Amino acid sequence: MPMQAQLDRRVAVAALLEDRKDTLVVSGLGSPTYDLHSVEDHDGNFYLWGAMGGAALIALGLAQAQPAKRVLALTGDGEQLMGLGGIATIGVARPRNLDIVVIDNQHFGETGMQASHTGRGVDLTAIAVACGFAATATVRTLEEVQRLAAEIAGPSDGPRLFVVKVLAENPPRSLPSRDAVFIKNRFRAHLGFAAA
Amino acid sequence: MHSPQPNPETRSSDDWPSELYRILKAADVRQMSYVPDAGHSQLIRMFSADRDVTTNVLTTEEEGIAIAAGAWLGGQRSVLLMQSSGVGNCINMLSLSAIGRFPLLMLVTMRGEWAEFNPWQVPMSRATQPSLEAIGLKVMRAETPEDLVETVESASSLAYDSDQQIAVLIGQRLIGKKKW
Repeated sequence: MPMQAQLDRRVAVAALLEDRKDTLVVSGLGSPTYDLHSVEDHDGNFYLWGAMGGAALIALGLAQAQPAKRVLALTGDGEQLMGLGGIATIGVARPRNLDIVVIDNQHFGETGMQASHTGRGVDLTAIAVACGFAATATVRTLEEVQRLAAEIAGPSDGPRLFVVKVLAENPPRSLPSRDAVFIKNRFRAHLGFAAA
Repeated sequence: MHSPQPNPETRSSDDWPSELYRILKAADVRQMSYVPDAGHSQLIRMFSADRDVTTNVLTTEEEGIAIAAGAWLGGQRSVLLMQSSGVGNCINMLSLSAIGRFPLLMLVTMRGEWAEFNPWQVPMSRATQPSLEAIGLKVMRAETPEDLVETVESASSLAYDSDQQIAVLIGQRLIGKKKW
């Protein structure tokens, strides 16, 4: 039997972003969007409320446009499973400034906690290794997340994917704006681009 | 047989991919993503050889919708190339471009509508324009090389200057019959 995850997702995400500096973050729909907002409604956050499977690829386009900035796709197991092909696309693109962190509760938390593939033997880090990612790991404790945050802050010669195993529970929702045009324009203004 | 001189008009219209490349470069497109189509092969080669453009080969077309949105968040313009069969793969991801009013320019080569050998191309061909319009895109079509060049020029301005989501459908008649 695999080890039962004990880590609280909000504690994990807060530790991951404690010293984010100028990292740009794209969050996958559902809990990762609420987790990201609960830490801070930062202008360098782009929250998804849909477009399932797109978080890591939005982060890829962003990373390619902003090679001097670190870009983080913060997503869930269900969201990343819908974008498995994107792991191959990112492996081929090989950006040096893109990290994917999967907050993995092994369930579809938004729709009634149905079990997902990652609790049934599917290992996203192994897929990332097979797609040529520069580094991968699975972490389960706060201490490991803190070490991961420090590692992510450092340089890499390719994309990295990390899985953070967390408890399957839905903490109180922390809801960012659902107005994507507002969030888009706020994000671009943060990078110095004028609204059209 | 007469007139051994090549007709410059004909030559330029045969070379519509170079014209599209010129237009997209003039529009400052910095990222290009694609699932290959024979009709796009020259444009794919030209962008892939261009060090100022980041090129992504995709496993499925909707990835390019997401990449284009991310590129725009980061201040760059992106173009997406696919054939009509790929449009069906994109529909839910197009919610992102539609609800976020992200500039989007897709160039779609049509299959299944003109001298098509493969019947499996026909259903998605029929669904291409209605499904794009149903999710909120503006669809433009071109049937001749001259019209295509003008259409893409107009579409790129609508997309990048006016934050619109545009698919340009390139008629199969224009591309010519696939050799089997």
